[in-house]
Amino acid sequence: MPAEGGQQALNGAARRALDAVERTGRACVDSISAFGYGAALFAESFFWIFRGRSIRQPVRLTMIFEEMMQIGIVAIPIVTVLSLTIGVMLAIQGIYTLSLFGAESRVTIGIALSVTREFSPLITGILVAGRSGSALAARLGTMSINQEIDALRVMGINPVRFLVVPPLVAMMVMLPALSFLSDLVALFGAGVYVSLDLGMSLPAYSDRVIEVLTVNDLLHGLGKSMIFAVLITLVAVVNGAGVTGGAEGVGRVTTRSVVQSIAAIVITDMLFVFVVTR
Amino acid sequence: MGVEAVNSDRSVLVEVEHLVTHYGARKILDDVSLKVYEGEVFVIMGGSGSGKSTLLRYMLALERPTSGSIRVLGRDVVRSRPSELYELRKKMGVSFQSGALFSSMSVGENIILPLKEHTDLDLKTMEIMARLKLEVVGMAGFENLMPSELSGGMLKRAALARAVVMDPKLLFGDEPSSGLDPIVAAAIDELILRLRDALGMTVVIVTHQLESAFKIADRMVVLDSGKLLVTGTVEEVRNSSNERVQQLLNRRVDEVELDPEAYLKRLTGA
Repeated sequence: MPAEGGQQALNGAARRALDAVERTGRACVDSISAFGYGAALFAESFFWIFRGRSIRQPVRLTMIFEEMMQIGIVAIPIVTVLSLTIGVMLAIQGIYTLSLFGAESRVTIGIALSVTREFSPLITGILVAGRSGSALAARLGTMSINQEIDALRVMGINPVRFLVVPPLVAMMVMLPALSFLSDLVALFGAGVYVSLDLGMSLPAYSDRVIEVLTVNDLLHGLGKSMIFAVLITLVAVVNGAGVTGGAEGVGRVTTRSVVQSIAAIVITDMLFVFVVTR
Repeated sequence: MGVEAVNSDRSVLVEVEHLVTHYGARKILDDVSLKVYEGEVFVIMGGSGSGKSTLLRYMLALERPTSGSIRVLGRDVVRSRPSELYELRKKMGVSFQSGALFSSMSVGENIILPLKEHTDLDLKTMEIMARLKLEVVGMAGFENLMPSELSGGMLKRAALARAVVMDPKLLFGDEPSSGLDPIVAAAIDELILRLRDALGMTVVIVTHQLESAFKIADRMVVLDSGKLLVTGTVEEVRNSSNERVQQLLNRRVDEVELDPEAYLKRLTGA
């Protein structure tokens, strides 16, 4: 009997280990297929943008504009508030750090470069992922559960053309635009603090900033925004389209979409910086 | 096979042959074959989980079968290219079980959508056509409401209006009259018959409701656990000698043979 019990315990452990291996394997396969699906969606989107009109299935401009309104214009107040705050915060931290070396006046370099190259694209990316990425995932998830996507397909309306391309294009236009707005507002916020704290006049501050910044720095940030836009949209679409389990499932994919897109943004940011800056 | 003889001079709009489908490892449809002739109301009847809605999804080319062929309006939908499916789908209308109206659009915009996508008509004409169809389903004046403001019966009727707005040759309906009160359900059944008679549409309806099925069907099939039990006219189905069909028709409960040992095992979870 004891031998048998030992055998059973071993079997149990072996089974658990096997289960864990299987789960890991499945998760890997799932994420690889999600990547593949996302890439295929991206390619198909370009097919519809460039070839849709010639086969009489155009992407509707009005839908793109509606999405641009929701993703970009409506987000302007919150982007402004956050960017202003980040600018002031950077100025405070920058001055504090540099005061250790007695080099406070050099703070503009740090502010100008970190805002345009890093903070603006990252903050707007995270904000838009939370605002619009989640909304997109929830919308697609609900539509999927409500058979609305099937309804589109049987009507002969391609869901990618109708549901994916408008937010993708809108995101790719509006995220860099918001990021640029964020650049301006954050630099202004930092400028106000610097002028108050160090007694540097605003015109002098802006002269310094313009002197330091190159077009490359701006493009570095805006280019990243463009990549973030694609990531946010595709993560939201892949999650939303793959919803299972009713209303609870929609909540789950919405949360997952936000978490995944923020993770994707931060990781891609690091990779981008690594490749471009070194 | 009297029916086959009568129908042999009419064209076949939907033809399913030896359809086998799986969901994961589970077999859902097992060797299903059927024909839908032009101008008839064809009902696919079956209990919950019989595979009837699945069968519809395959006819609509929303899924790919394991084996077998499905021809709709003369085209093999399993092997069609997307562009061919696109052309085919302009000629058919579908109303889904939940209505599947787009919740971000008003009822009117929902109904206009297929016209907007597939025709070059001007907006005024499209609006008139949409109102015409709303009139047909008895929902005139509701075009500015949002789907969330409609009752269940109205949703299904609006979905029917959207399904027929392109005047399709072939109309599919998934449980168009279930879950509604008897009066609204009867009105929808009437509406389906009117679509057949007035517009010459061929209609394929999936339902679990006996009364409605017998009322509207020209011919019907009874599906049970993924297998076709019987195909024929309403009379032929009613008189079927198949025990399972009679059980379904007479709403008899499955007789469960009690196996004490298996029962104990189930309870203890061993």
